[in-house]
Amino acid sequence: MRLISAEDCEAPVPLWWALVAVAAVIGFALPSFVGLDVVMSTSIIFVYAILTLSMSYLWGYCGMLSFGQTAMYGVGGYAYAVIALNSGNTTIAVFAAVFLGCLFALVIGYFMIYGRISKIYFTVITLVITVVLEKAVRATSDERFTIGSVPLRGQNGISNVPDLQFPWDPSQTLFLDGVYYVALAALLAVFIGLRLLLTTHFGRVLMGIRDNERRSELLGYDTRKYQLGAFVLCGGIAALAGVLYGVWGNFVAPEMMNLNSAANIVIYAIVGGRSTLAGPIAGTAIIQYLTSWLGTAGVGQVTVILGTVLIVFVMLFPRGILPTLGDVIAQVWRFALAGRDRAKLPGARKTSDGWRNA
Amino acid sequence: MVGSVIVLYQILFAVSLFILISLGLAIIFGMMRVINLAQGEFIMLGAYACLIFTRLEINFWLAALLSGLVVGLFGIIVERCLIRFLYGRIMDTLLATWGLSLLMIGLVTTIFGPQEAGVEVSLGKLDVGEFSVSIYNLVLIAAAMGLLALTYALWRYTKVGLVVRGTMQNPDMAAALGVNTDRCYMLTFGFGSAITGLGGALIAPLVGNQPTMGAFYVAKAFITVISGGAAPLTGTLLASGVFGSVDGVISYASTQVVGEISVLLVAIVLLRLLPTGITGRLGGGV
Repeated sequence: MRLISAEDCEAPVPLWWALVAVAAVIGFALPSFVGLDVVMSTSIIFVYAILTLSMSYLWGYCGMLSFGQTAMYGVGGYAYAVIALNSGNTTIAVFAAVFLGCLFALVIGYFMIYGRISKIYFTVITLVITVVLEKAVRATSDERFTIGSVPLRGQNGISNVPDLQFPWDPSQTLFLDGVYYVALAALLAVFIGLRLLLTTHFGRVLMGIRDNERRSELLGYDTRKYQLGAFVLCGGIAALAGVLYGVWGNFVAPEMMNLNSAANIVIYAIVGGRSTLAGPIAGTAIIQYLTSWLGTAGVGQVTVILGTVLIVFVMLFPRGILPTLGDVIAQVWRFALAGRDRAKLPGARKTSDGWRNA
Repeated sequence: MVGSVIVLYQILFAVSLFILISLGLAIIFGMMRVINLAQGEFIMLGAYACLIFTRLEINFWLAALLSGLVVGLFGIIVERCLIRFLYGRIMDTLLATWGLSLLMIGLVTTIFGPQEAGVEVSLGKLDVGEFSVSIYNLVLIAAAMGLLALTYALWRYTKVGLVVRGTMQNPDMAAALGVNTDRCYMLTFGFGSAITGLGGALIAPLVGNQPTMGAFYVAKAFITVISGGAAPLTGTLLASGVFGSVDGVISYASTQVVGEISVLLVAIVLLRLLPTGITGRLGGGV
């Protein structure tokens, strides 16, 4: 399945571009056909999908499972809120927030990656960072914790996050459907950008490191530099998602970076398929839709179901829906072809999902 | 003089909390190399079990022991149903136990509701100069040290401990020598869970029980065991000592949250300097 699994890091085929274009057209046309509530709930799926991509790229293509993406997401959201409220200019705030997300990733990434802690410790330390950051933000309810003119308000979060202004005309702001288009455009940019990144030298070296770190090092690559680069890049993407979340709900809160949101994006990625780029987006849409449906259906605690989903997928379908589906289709296709024309068929190409146990 | 006694007490108390939280994980993760992200929820389960037993008017100390037993049994069930399929697949273990942690939070919330429920133990206070020290906290310090010493002795000086350590080091060789490694893994996991549950029960009177209380403990436990390094029990003691001192002193001088953040910063810097942990250079030991 070359279309969804970009494993062979070649330039995307024309059919891929065509499918992306169709998806983009459908996405941009959607608000004309559905109500504002659907537009709102779809926008947030786009935001989560960007966050999930920032995690699943690191996980599936660099072999680094980071629970710290939600921390960078929170940093981005809070930075946007504080800077936009202080400066009154949201364009500067967006760039500053993404920059701060990268910087945060750079600092914690330096200590972890240059400390050469093992992959599993990396995962656990990023988890700890997320937990502590959330706790720290929750403790800022006192008036003393005011940055510029903006009190952080601890548990309650900042509830007057300004709307996004047009960069060329700060007097005009984007409304709900505007946020939808911005989120969709950002998601497309991140998706296509990451897909093209796979074809570059940088992206290929990262995959090489994922498959065999020692060998890449012996070939002369400074693996730490590449891994830190990927971590910083994904930190920026996560911060961008945080900014969009703040703009979407005019609200940022410590919940953005709690363990539940970290768990959610891992579930999105694992359900969709972590070693693909389309999978995490599909996973986000499916699970997000499912949880909001379960929430309204009132079947009790959503975490029970999410936990069960996570266990079942890890135990039974560790590669996720899209790659598994892809395998099934490929099998059927091969079976159909094999009956007709056995001689011409090349040997079954083994699709590697690129997943290595640490 | 009194001031330094109080600071010393604060440090000892913080160190004991670290030991209680991470001793079970030192066995489960430090020895068995099973990343159990549901560790915090095992603590939570211990605390809730203790709550139920004390509500049934059982003496608190007996209730704490029973809670440890309950969580130990629960651990064995988890090992049989989940963990044993995942030995050697460390990342998958991590994800599956995270799923388990969500599941447990959800189930406990469904049964007990999201609000806090406390366990009350009143042993009175001891006056030291102008300060007063809760006697329960002093008992807790003794309990943590005792539990650590007991585990260490069990592992280091008994036949059972030797067999378990041998199995963890080389399961094939142990099996060839007639050890039932499958049962050994199961019981070790159960023992680690029981210690965790006991720790949770002992912590319960200090904090309000909440279904989500595990999140912060799991973080603390993991940084302690990871920073401890290759010798799980010695390492956990040393790391608890370092982090407990940092936490105790800074919490005393500032707020608790600042103390907890400092612990994390110290842990990260420590891992940069000693990537294999405090006992990493020792090359073995318990």
